[in-house]
Amino acid sequence: MESSKLTQSIGIVTPQVARFDEPLALTCGRELPSYELIYETYGTLNNDHSNAVLVCHALSGNHHAAGFHSAEDRKPGWWDECIGPGKPIDTNRFFVVSLNNLGGCHGSTGPSSTNPETGKPWGSDFPPMRTRDWVHSQYRLAQRLGIDCWAAVIGGSLGGMQAMRWSIEFPDRIKHCIVIAAALKLSAQNLAFNEVARQAIESDPEFFSGSYQDHAKVPSRGLALARMIGHITYLSDDAMANKFGRDLRSGSLVPGEETTPEFQVQSYLRHQGSRFSGSFDANTYILMTRALDYFDLAQEHGNDPVAAFGQAQCSFLVMSFSTDWRFSPERSREIVNALIEAGRPVSYAEIDANEGHDAFLLPIPRYMDIFSAYMRRVGELD
Amino acid sequence: MRTDLTHIQRWIASGSRVLDLGCGDGEFLETLRAQRRVRGIGLEIDQSYITAAIARGIDVVEQDMDGGLHNFPDQSYDTVVLALALQAVRHPDQVLAEMLRIGREGIVTFPNFGHWRSRLMLGLKGRMPVSSFMPHTWYNTPNIHYCTVKDFEALCQQKGIRILERDVVGNTNRTPMLSNRWPNLFATTAIYRITL
Repeated sequence: MESSKLTQSIGIVTPQVARFDEPLALTCGRELPSYELIYETYGTLNNDHSNAVLVCHALSGNHHAAGFHSAEDRKPGWWDECIGPGKPIDTNRFFVVSLNNLGGCHGSTGPSSTNPETGKPWGSDFPPMRTRDWVHSQYRLAQRLGIDCWAAVIGGSLGGMQAMRWSIEFPDRIKHCIVIAAALKLSAQNLAFNEVARQAIESDPEFFSGSYQDHAKVPSRGLALARMIGHITYLSDDAMANKFGRDLRSGSLVPGEETTPEFQVQSYLRHQGSRFSGSFDANTYILMTRALDYFDLAQEHGNDPVAAFGQAQCSFLVMSFSTDWRFSPERSREIVNALIEAGRPVSYAEIDANEGHDAFLLPIPRYMDIFSAYMRRVGELD
Repeated sequence: MRTDLTHIQRWIASGSRVLDLGCGDGEFLETLRAQRRVRGIGLEIDQSYITAAIARGIDVVEQDMDGGLHNFPDQSYDTVVLALALQAVRHPDQVLAEMLRIGREGIVTFPNFGHWRSRLMLGLKGRMPVSSFMPHTWYNTPNIHYCTVKDFEALCQQKGIRILERDVVGNTNRTPMLSNRWPNLFATTAIYRITL
């Protein structure tokens, strides 16, 4: 790691684990008797505990959102572009909390944890998680950290869905809600992609109906395939064209000297898939995609997002990206329109970006400017 | 603050809800919030204005009025403001109708194309007017629907829009009498408070 990278970031961070022995009632009707949440914090909690910001992660994210775990780390946390000193979520001002959600595979209780009742890994018997369950577990973590009210809850994609859920589940405990590249619910196309990803995992012979840990196996081919499918939906057509085009990594398409060609994009996807399958749990991937599928903010409000947001008391910033086709600008405008109709304060910007859904992770100048400008108001006008 | 905006402040009640169509950098809404506890939201398409408005703590939604205002419910605002933007929208008559569907009252300001200088330039020189107030040439102007004081009032009459008050900005502050007496000739900016 270059030393400049370290100084531009929050620096070395150390995860912590909070254990909760009070059972958590889940939306599915079951309960988790006890559980652990792994989390990181960046910045300093002020005296009146009013500068706390919760960052919610997306499908394959985790608690390590910013900084480095050691001086040898090559890559910082997944949202280091946005969290750190002088960055949009400025750690000189805010106390940032980032956790790995329940059902995750990076240290919070999840399918690969031991089921206390059986002494074996939960596997696919781990209860399905809803965004609401995460929000309730995050609420308990906030209590543990002495945070009565978040200055802001922030998330992109599935993280944005958690932020929205916070705004109506605990309306008096969140002042600002920042929703980036998200949607009120998944479209049929979104559901379809998630189903293909799950089928890829479940049809891997080493999946063993989710109990692969008992067989000391890993369905890595299925998980890699699931990730490849997902990855295509995170990028735009343009982004893939610019990055790979039809470039060949090996072989030839020249008539007469034809040798089996491998396109750059093939090799890139395989690399992404295999890297991911080495660091992520298949049951967690299934659980996370289901949580996405089941999310529907307005369902319990007569399918009326205006009624849902009628519960909220906070201000909102919504952002979308022009080439995002997984959660397109239209989906964000549905959020904005519901907020307008519900009479909630809302700002909205549609960022021109070539990078598709992944843009929310990237330091696009206009995105950073608006994010920073909005965050400066967080904690100031209240 | 721009002169037309200082003129219209007095028409906005304390504590009211204001929708500012084409809110620019949010200075107007910020002033209303500070001085009249107004709860406002702006619409804007200019990217740098949007960032500037958000930096002021003003809520702004990136939305093009030409795509309609269907997402704003009936009578959801006390006042809807359209300041120096009427001439730049694709369907001015529809925007006016939408303003009064969404708001109890509307406030409209626009550059008066009937001003004597415009007439002089078109009438004597035979050229489309270009001035410090209307600085664009005909082919690159964002202003696609110029109108005069009389044109606007005729449209209001035709659409059943009631003009509650009229105000004008003259060429200089020394001649308010002229522009009040003969607005179509001497007003550079026409200002209206309207309702249905």
